[in-house]
Amino acid sequence: MSDELKTIESITSQEYKYGFVTDIEQETIPPGLDEDVVRLISAKKSEPDWLLEWRLKAFRHWTKLQAAGAEPTWAKVKYPPIDYQKIVYYAAPKSMPALSSLDEVDPKLLETYAKLGIPLEEQKQLAGVAVDAVFDSVSVATTFKETLAEAGVIFCPFSEAVQKYPELVRKYLGSVVPYTDNFFAALNSAVFSDGSFVYLPKGVRSPMELSTYFRINAANTGQFERTLIIAEEGAYVSYLEGCTAPMRDENQLHAAVVELIVLDDAEIKYSTVQNWYPGDKNGVGGIYNFVTKRGACRGDRSKISWTQVETGSAITWKYPSCILQGDDSIGEFYSVALTNNYQQADTGTKMIHLGKRTRSTIISKGISAGKGQNTYRGQVKIMPGAQGARNYSQCDSLLIGDQCSAHTFPYIDVRNASAQMEHEASTSRIGEDQIFYCRQRGISTEDAVSMIVNGFCKDVFRQLPMEFAVEATKLLEVSLEGSVG
Amino acid sequence: MLDIVDLHAGTAATAGAPGTNGAGMTEILTGINLHIKAGEVHAIMGPNGSGKSTLAQVLAGRDTYEVTAGSVTYKGQDLLALSPEDRARNGLFLSFQYPVVIPGVNNIYLLQASVNAIRKHRQQEPLDAVDFLVLVREKIAEVQLDESFLHRPVNEGFSGGEKKRNEILQMLLLEPSLAVLDETDSGLDIDALKVIAEGVNRYRRADRALLLITHYQRLLNYVEPDRVHVLMDGRIVKSGGPELARELEAGGYAPIQEALAAAR
Repeated sequence: MSDELKTIESITSQEYKYGFVTDIEQETIPPGLDEDVVRLISAKKSEPDWLLEWRLKAFRHWTKLQAAGAEPTWAKVKYPPIDYQKIVYYAAPKSMPALSSLDEVDPKLLETYAKLGIPLEEQKQLAGVAVDAVFDSVSVATTFKETLAEAGVIFCPFSEAVQKYPELVRKYLGSVVPYTDNFFAALNSAVFSDGSFVYLPKGVRSPMELSTYFRINAANTGQFERTLIIAEEGAYVSYLEGCTAPMRDENQLHAAVVELIVLDDAEIKYSTVQNWYPGDKNGVGGIYNFVTKRGACRGDRSKISWTQVETGSAITWKYPSCILQGDDSIGEFYSVALTNNYQQADTGTKMIHLGKRTRSTIISKGISAGKGQNTYRGQVKIMPGAQGARNYSQCDSLLIGDQCSAHTFPYIDVRNASAQMEHEASTSRIGEDQIFYCRQRGISTEDAVSMIVNGFCKDVFRQLPMEFAVEATKLLEVSLEGSVG
Repeated sequence: MLDIVDLHAGTAATAGAPGTNGAGMTEILTGINLHIKAGEVHAIMGPNGSGKSTLAQVLAGRDTYEVTAGSVTYKGQDLLALSPEDRARNGLFLSFQYPVVIPGVNNIYLLQASVNAIRKHRQQEPLDAVDFLVLVREKIAEVQLDESFLHRPVNEGFSGGEKKRNEILQMLLLEPSLAVLDETDSGLDIDALKVIAEGVNRYRRADRALLLITHYQRLLNYVEPDRVHVLMDGRIVKSGGPELARELEAGGYAPIQEALAAAR
């Protein structure tokens, strides 16, 4: 192996820095899943009957799918069968009565979030980001509630929304991702424990970025959160989510559902920096990140923009999508997915064009290093009524080293001849000659690699809110430690 | 400035391949001796495959080549013990025969990172974006490149001449002590050649040295060398003053090859 390769190996092998476990008293239920568990979760949340019914329908559907062996296998990822009876479906920090302020939150939790660099404490709130923190299955604290309430924005834990705004939840829950959508969405619908809820009334622009931080702490626990965001006519919100988990030898399942609903002239910008524990250098442990995210542009001139930076998880299975129903509605998907060591990612988007003159943009940047496997899978569908629809897709892959792989599966389905479609794709490799060229100009191998990778990702990073862009850049550097060739 | 003594280098080869020595190497440099003083300009000429580019790459520290014997002393240090970036930071510059394309990375970004890496080594404060822009605008005008080249990805879509001018721009920005120009004159039209030559002459100073690797006499019409060396089969077989380059231009390498054969 050349010196360059060796140095790059060492850069890409840096340790996962969020791998600590918080020693906190947990209330958990025994592992396993049956109707009683679903009823128990619902009871713990004091949910109304209609929601319990919905969960039970979802559970029955999931049971049927499981019996029929319908767990999806089409993705280009490999993992041993998951034993769903060994997973704990509910874990919550003990002593979680209703909290009226952050002072009442367990200091150990606050310490955890401080370690993660999440602006939870009051002084950090000056940063101007409202945060909802979800620890294992339960929402711990939502900040900035009053400021948001004054503006008319509702931002609260999902379980709280069920109590306070049942008619909104009932109207929109499952309206974009029905529980019949897929295996993992069915499972989530049956056992989801919490998540975030955002509602923007007509004409309201959120005065600040909203952010949710997800943390899996307990062992053998699945995290199943549910996010629902509704933007009424002319409303706007920029929403960010971040995720981390401790280092554990077992794989842990994370199956979330996110639903976005956008009405006339409204816009939701949804950004994710996903840094779940990726497993160790030999591919032991790590999170299975099987997530269904979809937004519906129901209104005319509405817009949904997904931006994701996926550096964590042992396996990522995720396709944030847009259903462009309203005329002149816009869907965007900007993605950076990085796989190192033995990580696998199968990620992309679906853009379903229904309305007239709907437009979509897809920019996907896949980076594979180590023995990582990175797949872009995307579908662009132009339905017969989508007169004058346009799509632009660009899928670029960057390979680092000679043990990794990149795959691209674009599906294009056009049923209206007036559509304009553009698709560009490229595959490149960080070559030793590029690194040598930089070194001959006095730049170290580490800096050369990070410069090239950042250059590759800049079209996506540009879409992130400033603070997140900085974090994403750093995260990429850390995730690449020990990987180039 | 630079002392090369009995330098042997090559690439790992499949065992038993022709030209393979006992260590399983294909030897390309077979005993180079070269001494360059501060303020001097040396030119190395030679036919294709004689080892000219290998010498340049070995000096810059490319690890595709393995040094099997000999020594290289640069400013009193063992050059071969330094990493490529430390050689660069200590003032060794290579103008690449084939400058590398780096998609996605803007030229100005690479230039600034490079200048600041070298400034850091010299214990100077890094230049901020504004100061750097002032400096780079001055230098880019000297090589007659448009400022738009600063904001394009490194060497992407550059013509051959633009790539070479970009190399000279880097040399002028980095202010090295020893610049090795590997066929920087190949494939250039006469105007571009003049621009390159002017850049090179602007770089020359009593405390700086130059090693020009070239096929042709024509660059040497603009940049007068102190010494000209002929490289053949990995060794310097003849050295002389500027007149040697003119002889080669007129008569080619054949007479030297014949003389060598006769001497064996």
